[in-house]
Amino acid sequence: MSFAVCFNFFKRMHLNRRPTPLSAALAVRLASACLLLLFSPLFASAQDWVRTGSGLGVEKVRLAVPDFKPANNDPQNTALLKTFNDTFWNDLDNSGVVELVSKSFYPLQVPGNPTEVTFGVWNSPPPSAAMLAFGNLAVAAGKVVVQGWLYDVKNTASPLVLGKQYTDLATDDSARIIAHKFADEIIFRLGGGIQGIAESKIFFVSDRSGHKEIWSMDYDGSNQRQLTHQGSISLSPRVSPDGTRIAFSSLTKSGWEILMYSTELNRIVSFPHFGGANFSPSWSPDGARLAFSSSRGGHSQIYICDASGANLHPLTAGKGLDVSPAWNRKTGAQMAFVGDSTRLPQIYTIEADGTNEQRMTDQGYAVDPNWSPNGQFLALAWKRNYGPGEPGSRDIYLMDIASKQWVQLTHAGGSHDSPSWSPDGRHIVFQSSRSGKEEIWEMLADGTKLHQLTFTGRNTQPNWSWK
Amino acid sequence: MRKTTMKQQTLKSVATALALSAILMLGACKKKAAPPPPPPPPPPPAPTASISVSPDTIQPGQSATLSWQTSNASDVSIDGIGAVQPSGSQQVTPTDSTTYHLTAKGSGGTQDATTRLTVTPPPATAPPPPPSTSEEDLFGQSVKDIYFEYDKSDIRGDQQAAIQADAQFLSQHSNINFTIEGHCDSRGSTEYNLALGDQRASSVKSALVAAGVSANRIKTISYGKEKPFCMEENEACWQQNRRGHFVYQK
Repeated sequence: MSFAVCFNFFKRMHLNRRPTPLSAALAVRLASACLLLLFSPLFASAQDWVRTGSGLGVEKVRLAVPDFKPANNDPQNTALLKTFNDTFWNDLDNSGVVELVSKSFYPLQVPGNPTEVTFGVWNSPPPSAAMLAFGNLAVAAGKVVVQGWLYDVKNTASPLVLGKQYTDLATDDSARIIAHKFADEIIFRLGGGIQGIAESKIFFVSDRSGHKEIWSMDYDGSNQRQLTHQGSISLSPRVSPDGTRIAFSSLTKSGWEILMYSTELNRIVSFPHFGGANFSPSWSPDGARLAFSSSRGGHSQIYICDASGANLHPLTAGKGLDVSPAWNRKTGAQMAFVGDSTRLPQIYTIEADGTNEQRMTDQGYAVDPNWSPNGQFLALAWKRNYGPGEPGSRDIYLMDIASKQWVQLTHAGGSHDSPSWSPDGRHIVFQSSRSGKEEIWEMLADGTKLHQLTFTGRNTQPNWSWK
Repeated sequence: MRKTTMKQQTLKSVATALALSAILMLGACKKKAAPPPPPPPPPPPAPTASISVSPDTIQPGQSATLSWQTSNASDVSIDGIGAVQPSGSQQVTPTDSTTYHLTAKGSGGTQDATTRLTVTPPPATAPPPPPSTSEEDLFGQSVKDIYFEYDKSDIRGDQQAAIQADAQFLSQHSNINFTIEGHCDSRGSTEYNLALGDQRASSVKSALVAAGVSANRIKTISYGKEKPFCMEENEACWQQNRRGHFVYQK
């Protein structure tokens, strides 16, 4: 895999004044594969942090994206073009793969098709673009047709990288979906062959109906829809790798049980009730098994069962409470979970056969682990300095599993919980109270491009689809 | 009387009998009693009296009309009301059932009459108070919630008295089934708090079972931080939310 999240862990430099040997080794190992440049806190204090990293000199591709133009005079063009252009720009801007050239640098005349491209005005200052994405949109006979091109404007002899045409019903939804598809094609080509995420979904909990129910939205926060109508409390949605089922925990007449929602049938489908209190499901990457916590044996432990609910068996057997399992999304061979046998909750890893339990976090209050798609990292919510009067709150951290080196991604401004990786491993969605109430936010996996996705009611526990 | 001799008693009885029969003759056969010359002066007529109330049943706050008629009476009074006209009527609004006693005195004697007005309690209002407070109220008053330390689920020292008192009440009321809800403050994470709340409810249940309360009367449920008692972000409020809460099960 040519893409890997890049870390450089110059952590606690005010103590060490130099990276630890492990940090340096890790930085060298990862530097060549780096696309994203991760920073680490120079100082442990939440208010006092700076960006640093090993790959800061590597420039992203400069991509110019002039608004697509109308190809005919249909009155519907204006509205659909607005939706298309906004969605397309946001997808590329949020991707973390390219650097978009500001529109203020563009010439007055922008191209709508290949014959209108003037290479000189794009590949030299002020735009100095390496790539140009352009095209047109037309509504005719109830259909919307979008033509789009990606040009390498420095290669004037053979500039065409990509040319696509999309046809769909002339609706706002279609314009958005076409923008996602074309953006994903570009990100795939410019981002090292990793599929884009513009067509992915985020599942989450919202209380805006009056009860906490499971909702879904597009990855950019649009198209928010209520899925469940349980009328009690439903939490911890986890979508299956193939996207057809959502396991979640819900307060039923017989207590907290794992329920299963089918995205194909749009209803709850049968899944056994196990008794005790059952929380925090997690799918194995092959979709064949489910891990969750259950107190059916007396206190909360991690259990594993088949996707059908059969073959239930305990994975952990300690004295403490174990909850929030997170399967290794690449191998399916390990799991991270939260355990409190040393009092405050910490992150542990364990093999899927119950052997080799390892403590990952060394202090504080650490919860909500989520394993990265490439198998190398954990995202987690952590309050490192726990105690009365200690500064900071719970923030999102990344941890390199092999070395246990960590980096802080968010910096105070409220409590941050429930991180979940995007399918491409470049983004993290999480919940934060930084706006005053719990809402869902998204950022690149280096902590940049932080933006809010939900605004209505309280929205928590986001879970990003696997593709 | 008993000290009188038999003779005297016999004589007195005869005299009384004669006198009575004379009175009866006079009363019963007034018209026939005219002839004997010289007619003695007629004895003063005896007074008559009657009293009635309408309606004879009322509810508290309502009134009834008391009506009475007398004749040959110079002094008419009703107990509780006082002297009244020989004939008349009056509104009365007693709060309790009352017997009105009319006395009519005249030169011919005294005549009594009574009538009773019944006051009934209103039909639908205020059913008779139960002999004692309901079991649910008693449960609510007697069974105290158990409070916890931050991120802990063991029952701390200052809660032992409360749980022993709870166990005593619950042992004495062995027909009550109940639920223990485990609650946590807002600072922890959603999923971990659910497990912690579950453990708090279990701890309270275990302590009660150890004190002799039957386990099959007890349900436990965790609310984590989903149903806080107090919404502010300070220690006083957080402490309110870290508890095992008892709920009576109907």
